[in-house]
Amino acid sequence: MGMLDAIILIILSLTVLATVMTTSLLQAAIGLAVTSALLTVVMFKLNAPLAALFELSVCAGLIPVIFITVISLTKPLSNEEMKTESREKMTRFWPLPIVFILAGIIAAYLKIRISLKLPMHGPSLDVRQVLWSVRQIDLIGQLAVLLAGAFAILVLFKEMRRK
Amino acid sequence: MELLLILLPFVSLLLLNLPIKRWGRRFGFWVVLAVALLQICAVCLPWLNFFGGDPTGISALFNIKLAVDGITKVLLLSIGLVSAAALFTCCGVHGDEEKRFDFINILLVALMGMNGIVLVKDLFSMYVFIEVVGIASFILIAFQKDRDALESSFKYIVFSAIATIIMLSSIALLLLFSADTSFASLAIAIKGSSANLLVIFAIAAYISGVLIKGGLMPFHGWLPDAYMAAPNSTSVLLAGIVTKSVGIYPLIRIVHSVFGYSASMNSVLLAVGAISAVLAAFAAITQSDFKRMLAYSSISQVGYIILGLGCGTALGLAAAIFHLFNHSIFKSLLFVNAAAVESRTASRDIENMSGLAQKMPWTGATSALACLSVAGIPPLSGFWSKLLIIIALWTSGSYFYAVIAILASVVTLAYMLTLQRKVFFGEVAPSLSKVTEAESPFVVPAMVLAGVLVFVSILFPLLINTFIVPIGGIF
Repeated sequence: MGMLDAIILIILSLTVLATVMTTSLLQAAIGLAVTSALLTVVMFKLNAPLAALFELSVCAGLIPVIFITVISLTKPLSNEEMKTESREKMTRFWPLPIVFILAGIIAAYLKIRISLKLPMHGPSLDVRQVLWSVRQIDLIGQLAVLLAGAFAILVLFKEMRRK
Repeated sequence: MELLLILLPFVSLLLLNLPIKRWGRRFGFWVVLAVALLQICAVCLPWLNFFGGDPTGISALFNIKLAVDGITKVLLLSIGLVSAAALFTCCGVHGDEEKRFDFINILLVALMGMNGIVLVKDLFSMYVFIEVVGIASFILIAFQKDRDALESSFKYIVFSAIATIIMLSSIALLLLFSADTSFASLAIAIKGSSANLLVIFAIAAYISGVLIKGGLMPFHGWLPDAYMAAPNSTSVLLAGIVTKSVGIYPLIRIVHSVFGYSASMNSVLLAVGAISAVLAAFAAITQSDFKRMLAYSSISQVGYIILGLGCGTALGLAAAIFHLFNHSIFKSLLFVNAAAVESRTASRDIENMSGLAQKMPWTGATSALACLSVAGIPPLSGFWSKLLIIIALWTSGSYFYAVIAILASVVTLAYMLTLQRKVFFGEVAPSLSKVTEAESPFVVPAMVLAGVLVFVSILFPLLINTFIVPIGGIF
C-alpha cells in the first residue's frame, strides 16, 4: 500500500465518521457523496473501473441528490434544537472513533499475520457477458427489487398523495 | 420448468398492474391462487413431471440453472400452502379493495423471492432473492402505517441491514478463495482452505447473518414486534414461511451443501437451537397477547429445527426439514385462528377471553389441533417431527440436547394448553356472548391447513419412507 492509498483511506474513514456523527441531515448527505467519491478513487486504483463508475454515478450522484431533495422538503431544526441534538449525538456516538481506530489497528495486524493463498481464477469475462449471460437470474432478482421498491412507494405513500 | 415458479409470479404482477380498468382488482385473488395452486400441484403430483422436462421451451430462452432436491420441494410446498392461506386471510383482514390489491401485489413479490431463494444454487443469487423478500416484508409489516407498524418495520430494516452487510461481506471474503459463488465451487474452495482464519470468519459471519434473518435467539429482537404490529394476513405469511425462507432454509442449505458439517459447526448450531427452543418457550408462557405468544412459540419451534440440523446426520436433516414443514402448517393455522378471533372480538388479550370454542366451533377445533401438534401430542404431525429430532439427537450422541428438547416440549405443552384453555375453553365471557363464527376468509384456510395437518399425521408411517427420510439422503 502506497502513501497515496493510505491518505485516501484515512480521509475516507474521517468522512465516514463525520457523515455518521453530524447532526445536520444536509451535511450527512454531502458526507455520503464525498465518501462515495473517495470510494470511487479506491475502486479505480483497484482496477475496477465499472464498479467505480456505478459508485460515482449512483452512490455519489443520484442517491445524495434524492436525499438532498427530500431534506429540502423538511423543516430544519432551530439552532437551539441543533445544539441539543448535537450534544445527545456526541454522548451516544463518542466511542465510534475509538472503535474505528481499534478496528484499523486490528485489520493492520491481521494483514501481517494472515497469508492469503488465493486459488487461480478462471479467465475473466466481459462485464456485459457476466450481466446478460452468466448472472441472468440475478438480473431478474434485481428487477424484482426495483418493482418491490416501486410498490413500497405506492403502498406507503398513496394516501399521503391523496391528502 | 422450475424457472416458471420464479417467472410466473413476476409476470402475474406485471399483468395485474396493466392499465386496464379494475382488471387487477377483480382478478388479483384468482391469479395468485392459481399460481400458489400450480406450485402445490407441481410438488404433490409427481406424474406431472414439472421438475423434469420443459415442454414449454421457456427455460431454453434463459441461461439460468436451478436445482431441485427433496429440501427444495418441501419448501416449495410450504410456500404455496402458506401463501394461499395468507391470500384468503387478507380478504377477511382488508375490507378495502385497494388495500387488498396492494397486499396481493406485495405477496406476489414475496412469492417470487421465496421461490428464488429455494431454487437457486448460487450464494450471491440467494442473497439477491433474500433481499427481494426482505423488501416485501418491510412493506407488509408497515402496511397499517400506524406508529407500531412503522416502528416494527424500521426495527426489522435495521436488523435486516446488519444481517445483509454481514452476509455480503462474507460472500466477498469467500470469493477470495473461490472462482465463483456457486454452491459447488464454494464447497470445493472451503474444503481446501478450511483452516484459514478468513474462511472461518466468513462462515461465522454468514451464519450470524442468516440467524438474524431467521429471528433466532439471541438475534430475535425484531421478530415479536414485527409479528404483532403487522396485519394478520402478513403475520400468517411471516410466521408461516417468510422467516424460514430467508433465515432457516439458507442456513440449512449452506451448511448441507456449502460449508459442510464439522464438530464446531454442530456445536454452535446445537447451542443456538437449544437456547432458542428453551428461552423462547419460557418467554411465551409469560405473554398475554395472542400473537406475541405465537411469535415466541415460533422462535422456540425454529430452535427445534436448528437442533435437528445440528445433529450433523442425515436423520437429523430429514427431521429438521419435516419439522420446518409441520411448523409452517400449524403456525400459519394458529395465526389464521388469531386473525379470526381478533376479527370477532377486536382484541388479542387472552386474559379477557373465555369459551370462544362454543361461539366459534371451527376456529376452536382447528386451533386445538394446531396447539396439540405444536405441543407434540401423538399422533399429530408435530409429535412425529419432534420425535425424529430427539431420536436424531440421541443417536448422534447429543444426549444433553435430547433432554433439553424434551424439557422444552413440556414447556411448549404448558403454554399451548394455557392458550387454548384461556381463549377457547370454559364458560363464555359475558362480553363475548354475541360473538359468532368467523367469516369464510378465516375458516376456509383454517380448515385446509388443519386438513393438511391431519393428513400428514395419519399418513406419517407411509410418508416417513417415501418422503421424509429420502430428504436427508439416507437411502
